[in-house]
Amino acid sequence: MVYEEPVTDYDHIVENCTCAFCGSNCDDLDYLVKGNHVVAVRHACRLGASKIMEDEDQRLKVPMMRDENGELQEVDWDTALDAAAELIANAVRPLFYGWSETSIECMKKGLELTEYVGAVIDNQATICHGPTVQAVQNVGYPLMSLGEVKNRADMVVYTGSNPMNAHPRHLARYSVFPRGWFRQRGRFDRTLVTWDPKFSDTAKMSDIWVPFEENGDYAFCNAIRAVLKGKELKEDVISGIPKQDIIDLTEAMKNVEFGALFFGLGLTHTLSKQRNIDIAIGLVQDLNAYTKWVLLPMRGHFNVNGFNIFMAYQMGFPYGVDFCRGYPRYMIGETTTVDLLNREEPDVFMVIAADPGAHFPGGANMHLANIPVIQIDIHWGPSTELADIVLPGTFIGVETAGTSYRMDSVPIHMKSAINPPETCREDEWIVNELYERVKKIKEEAK
Amino acid sequence: MEYILKNGIVYDPTNNVNGDKKDVMIKDGKIVDNVSSDAKVLDVTDKLVMAAGVDVHSHIAGPKLCLGRLYRPEDSRAGVVAKTDITRAETGFSIPSCSATGYRYSRMGYGTVTEAAVPPLEAKHTHEEIMAIPNIDVSPLALFGNNWFVLQFVKENDLEGLAAFVSSWLKISRCYGMKVVNPCGSEAWGWGQNVHGIDDPAPYWGVTGGEVVRALTKVNEMLGLPHSMHVHPNDLGHPGNYPTTIATLDVVKDIEKNPNVLRDQTIHCTHLQFHSYGGTSWRDAKSGAEPVADYINKNKHVTCDVGQVTFDETTTMTADAPMEYDLYKLTGLKWANKDIELETASGLIPVIYSPKSPVSTLQWAIGLELFLLIKDPWQVVLTTDSPNAGPFIRYPRIISWLMSSDRRTEMIENKEVHNWASKRTSLPTLDRVYDWNDIAITTRSAPAKILGLEKRGHLGIGANADVAVYDIEPENFDATKASNAAVVEDVLTRAAYTIKDGEVVVKDGKIVKIVPSRHMWTNVTGFEQQEKKVLEDIMPMFNRYYTVKFENYKVFDHYIDPAIEFTIDASK
Repeated sequence: MVYEEPVTDYDHIVENCTCAFCGSNCDDLDYLVKGNHVVAVRHACRLGASKIMEDEDQRLKVPMMRDENGELQEVDWDTALDAAAELIANAVRPLFYGWSETSIECMKKGLELTEYVGAVIDNQATICHGPTVQAVQNVGYPLMSLGEVKNRADMVVYTGSNPMNAHPRHLARYSVFPRGWFRQRGRFDRTLVTWDPKFSDTAKMSDIWVPFEENGDYAFCNAIRAVLKGKELKEDVISGIPKQDIIDLTEAMKNVEFGALFFGLGLTHTLSKQRNIDIAIGLVQDLNAYTKWVLLPMRGHFNVNGFNIFMAYQMGFPYGVDFCRGYPRYMIGETTTVDLLNREEPDVFMVIAADPGAHFPGGANMHLANIPVIQIDIHWGPSTELADIVLPGTFIGVETAGTSYRMDSVPIHMKSAINPPETCREDEWIVNELYERVKKIKEEAK
Repeated sequence: MEYILKNGIVYDPTNNVNGDKKDVMIKDGKIVDNVSSDAKVLDVTDKLVMAAGVDVHSHIAGPKLCLGRLYRPEDSRAGVVAKTDITRAETGFSIPSCSATGYRYSRMGYGTVTEAAVPPLEAKHTHEEIMAIPNIDVSPLALFGNNWFVLQFVKENDLEGLAAFVSSWLKISRCYGMKVVNPCGSEAWGWGQNVHGIDDPAPYWGVTGGEVVRALTKVNEMLGLPHSMHVHPNDLGHPGNYPTTIATLDVVKDIEKNPNVLRDQTIHCTHLQFHSYGGTSWRDAKSGAEPVADYINKNKHVTCDVGQVTFDETTTMTADAPMEYDLYKLTGLKWANKDIELETASGLIPVIYSPKSPVSTLQWAIGLELFLLIKDPWQVVLTTDSPNAGPFIRYPRIISWLMSSDRRTEMIENKEVHNWASKRTSLPTLDRVYDWNDIAITTRSAPAKILGLEKRGHLGIGANADVAVYDIEPENFDATKASNAAVVEDVLTRAAYTIKDGEVVVKDGKIVKIVPSRHMWTNVTGFEQQEKKVLEDIMPMFNRYYTVKFENYKVFDHYIDPAIEFTIDASK
């Protein structure tokens, strides 16, 4: 690694900014600003800093529409917004997907539009922690705010996630390294455990690494629950882990003062899907008969949890909500994005602050290629290649202020530090503008 | 806009109007004594007219509500209503969506609701939900009973510091008053433990629930907050808990009330029903309502709300997290929990109150006993601790029970409820009935006074024009008849008119207008120096042990738009 001199050439510092990258929503960043650019970021991890600083790379700066040759061409805002509004107003089954990297304020407008036209609204949970939400609905949800772990936890378990790569400051800021009220020696007062088939960077620094077999999560958790309930394990090796190791681990988990289990998509998306989470939650609930245990999913985008919370308080359901009948319906497999696309139901697709082009299964993207797609985003990506109308938004937490919810549901107001590019518009403004224009078209047609 | 509500039968206990036929006049959002000839006449001849309802304790907005909605889609599906040209779609039964909450309260003729538990760390979330709730003003209460700073101040016996902390934290969280839940017990839950009784100290802190309640009550009176100490005592829901309840009320008995406040009480005990159990286990549990009611009858420094069980499938949610875990052990239903760093804990679990169940019936009967045994209706408020003992939409049903002892007897004799109602409580012997004036007190006037809301809960000149009209003629209707109970419930569920700040928001049980709910918060002045010092003192601890920056902890102005600020001069 090349040593880089600290940045000293800047105009001013904006303190206590919130990182708009992962679900850790670190709110202690300092942005060094020069000439309306963030030239350096203090306290952020490499992922956060690079997103915030190098944001001009492949930035979408002007509204665009496809011409008759299928090329995206620059148009003015009115033309783009009118065309998008026309598509939405005349759609039979519009689907509005994304929202996890924009603000709650923008979601409010989006939901009004959704309800008005009877669309489906969904977010990235549908392809990430959706099974977690299903499991929570099955068995419950014993969780905590991250400071509880910082101040109390003497055992921290990560499974199916590799925070050292994906949430780089998670251990440093919340769970393992910080000195907590009851854990004054920080890292030395805690046992760090990783359950993962891979010897991940998190596993490398753990005190205990439990490398169960791929897809062995369910049987492994089940074995711990069995031991916890005083049952004899009938096999010598379970999910690739020797029986005695499971018994020892169970004993250790029972004898801590405060344990926290963090799980990621590695648990959510292996063979047993939501059943993995069912049993992990069940395990934590069982452990509470002996000592204090809590758990938390490692949410990815900085506001993916925010969308689920927002939809739950507005409409009672967390994601995949269909308004085509005038009231909200939530049926996983029926009203969720990938299923709708696979069935080729939607006739207009609006994506905001998400990249289905990069993440959806081929079949779903094939349908996207066949229908009009409206994109609201700040960067060129695979979804731009699918888009027919592109509306350039602004960067929440850097250029525009807004509310987000951290992975543990703590609400944070993300401030802005610089002005957005003149040719771009705030997400909230764009969605509201679409709503107003769609309303006008619909009212006139009455 | 001006209105005259003509020839209604008005119940306005605050102003000693008891069923008189008179007009109510409204101008610019206030009750006035005369209006111009342009005033719109609403003919409400012989109909029941009261001030709009005031709820002293309900859970309607905030993180635990949201967790409930997230993990109980079955409940959301139970109350689905399609959007209309005026209203948005509704969902939910025990934990309705935000818009449904506003519409349903408004349809019942309510205008002000207290959100009873706000963890300051997540106060922004509560205020975001209040912004999404239409048609009712909301007074949120911030949680203080297990806050580490509070425990520290109590430990050091630094009341001056504690007062400055409270006044500062009310500003930061934009809350109306103080709430204490299972003091020290929720902190013990940080280690999976609980405390029992008011003298059991929290682990590590060595401070007891009794000391916390006493210190915070003193501070409440020192600052002269509009509302009193609002306490959910220790040992909720445990058979044999009534001595703890009485001890909690008694521990503040000698604290003098601030002379500048409207209210009479220094302590408000919430959902008293859950705290009035005798016996030693659920096997021999019995009512403890009599000693508790007796204490309240003899002590004017206490008010309470009931938390009446309504026999529904509901969702319990409370900052008393260890109690929720006890319920999980008892029922095995899906248990959720949410601990908040340095502040509180909370838990949720679905509960089915069945009239066939001995325990549910006992709880139902104890609630009614409290209503009937506490003599002064100004001391007892109708609540269901919504959604804990039942959803708030059941208030009209409870009123029908209160107004008809025949209906109560019928329920017991027809075996609509389990025989524990007669075997373990004195309910069958109580034939007191509430009249419309008592109902107006317990649902409007008393809660407004208890909350210290001068301009609500009555129809005097200058009061807010929050009015409810019901399609029933009190003079030609016998609410004591058992067969009329269903009529009472039906009529009170859909107000003929609900007027909010001088605007008709409900007509014939339907929402006709949406107005934004206002966030009510208390701004204590005259304590700035002390606040500054306290903030300086606690900042090292804050920076080190919270996971958010202080700058990002505050609730900013745009989260409380529109707001009503109650300015208190603490130096007086």
